[in-house]
Amino acid sequence: MSALLEVKDLKVSYGSIMAVKGLSLTVNEGEIVTLIGSNGAGKSTTLRTISGLLKPVSGSIVFKGQEIAGKAGHDIVALGLCQSPEGRRIFPRMSVRENLDLGAFLRNDKVAIEADRERVLDLFPRLRERYEQKGGTMSGGEQQMLAVARALMGAPKLLLLDEPSMGLAPVLVDMIFETIIKIREQGITILLIEQNAAAALDVADRAYVLESGLIKMSGKASDLAKDEAVTKAYLGG
Amino acid sequence: MMKLKRSKTPNAGASHKKWTIGFSIAALSIWIFYTYIMYNLPDGPQTIFQNWLPPTTVNEAMVWVICALGLNIVVGYAGLLDLGFVAFWAIGGYSAGWFMSSFFRQVNIHIFSPSDAADQPGIHLTFWAVLGVGGIICAIFGIIIGAPTLRLRSDYLALVTLGFGEIIPQVFTNGENIAGFNLSNGTKGISPIDNVAVPGKILGPFDFSWKFAIFVFLTAIMVFVSLRLRKGRLGRAWLAIREDELAASMMGVPLMSTKLAAYAVGAFSGGVGGVAFATHVNGIFADRFNFSISIILLAMVVLGGMGNVWGVMVGALLIAWINSTGLPAFGDLVNNTFNTSINFPSYNFLLFGGVLILMMLYKREGMIPESRLKAILHESDDETSNLGGSH
Repeated sequence: MSALLEVKDLKVSYGSIMAVKGLSLTVNEGEIVTLIGSNGAGKSTTLRTISGLLKPVSGSIVFKGQEIAGKAGHDIVALGLCQSPEGRRIFPRMSVRENLDLGAFLRNDKVAIEADRERVLDLFPRLRERYEQKGGTMSGGEQQMLAVARALMGAPKLLLLDEPSMGLAPVLVDMIFETIIKIREQGITILLIEQNAAAALDVADRAYVLESGLIKMSGKASDLAKDEAVTKAYLGG
Repeated sequence: MMKLKRSKTPNAGASHKKWTIGFSIAALSIWIFYTYIMYNLPDGPQTIFQNWLPPTTVNEAMVWVICALGLNIVVGYAGLLDLGFVAFWAIGGYSAGWFMSSFFRQVNIHIFSPSDAADQPGIHLTFWAVLGVGGIICAIFGIIIGAPTLRLRSDYLALVTLGFGEIIPQVFTNGENIAGFNLSNGTKGISPIDNVAVPGKILGPFDFSWKFAIFVFLTAIMVFVSLRLRKGRLGRAWLAIREDELAASMMGVPLMSTKLAAYAVGAFSGGVGGVAFATHVNGIFADRFNFSISIILLAMVVLGGMGNVWGVMVGALLIAWINSTGLPAFGDLVNNTFNTSINFPSYNFLLFGGVLILMMLYKREGMIPESRLKAILHESDDETSNLGGSH
């Protein structure tokens, strides 16, 4: 297994407030890696920096052997690093089809785009039913499916999922996490950011625990799920 | 598993033909009316048309349409509020003044100039070239003003464009002596400018029906470009930015260059409109370019339906008509009937302001809303029936 994404000593700040204080993590090809932590620990900041929306103060982010820290967002998407953002952020006045079209914005390979469209619609049959419906008129769960499907339309090597279970009913949370496993089976590596630590540790291979901008613990997800400190802090045990 | 067809291709060609035919018929009927019918009407009806819808009003309205369609790309498509569009109109107008008149007497350049300008000093390019030159100068200014400011959030961007729209006309008003160089001839303006030459004819200032044909042609190009851009990749990127800028950037839409493209295309058409306006009034006068033009253009876009080419066109025609003829003619009618002396045209901003507020309160999508969803549902009737059985 080789490292697809390697973050080293990443520091990110909002003005004078340091939100991420020297974070390092590795995502190997084919893995599901999860970054868990409480509200305000710096999870989303980390993810936004990886995807180029924020510029780091220092540190390196290497994706597919290339340094991407500080690169423009669209250049990073073009390399195959796509994300489903926190709060879904689908285009509300566009149909499911148009949302998916925009997911493939940087691609020109028409045949492969159509193949991917079939693939994501098979993954989320619900979206096929809602295909011409405006995104903003769908339920929260359907919007989350659309956000993930849209990210998949970018043909990612690495898929970043930011809080995919947020605000969803338990039955939909299960469904989303089952889909995450299916996506991995299609050969896509996943970095998952979650507040729902129990569900995240259940699907992930490895996990990092983030606390106030620093990695507190890391290891196999199944080990962390049994760890007493983690159980106490994040699993309500 | 059922295959989904690409849904937008089959009907694109047909709908394209449809508007071309409708547009041509409408334009041709108006042209025939003003060229052959109106002046042969009996006195009564002819006076009515002369009072309520004279040919010069129609032509001026077409210039407004060209500019409003340009602003629609910036405001309607990309969702960037521009309160200084008059700057592009002015720069386009002065391009006509610089490049098709005897204003720069110190040089003597003639490129395909009409034959009646052949022995005059100054820069004399053909009208058709000046359209392009004026458009390109405006596009460059659009990029210059956009590059540092498009990073701003929309409300700050609106303030900067507002300033730009104030500065440019001031530069022209006071541009009589810029370190010894006369850029704009100050408040006196530049007049006359060259006549427009068409094959076999040189158009005088009152050749309204020919100029109408030219303005319709320019409008048709604007409509065509607007519709094409909207269907294409750039159009999708603009709509995405309008919907959610952050999400658009996560999809790989390059924000800066996409917004700059909207600015440049909008500015270009503002320039074309400016050149057209200069030939319409046969000159360029600095005091014509004031803030109210920016606001009227914005009102046209909002009233018609932001993002909808046909809505914007109807909005522009309607407001241009009210502004130049409708309101004064209506005022005369009222004053003569009731023997009053109310100055109706002075209330035009009260009227436009009221309309804008009412539209924002009760019909934000405009008279003819952008009907993307309707179009989508229409195009894919056959697909939705297939979809039912897919699982």
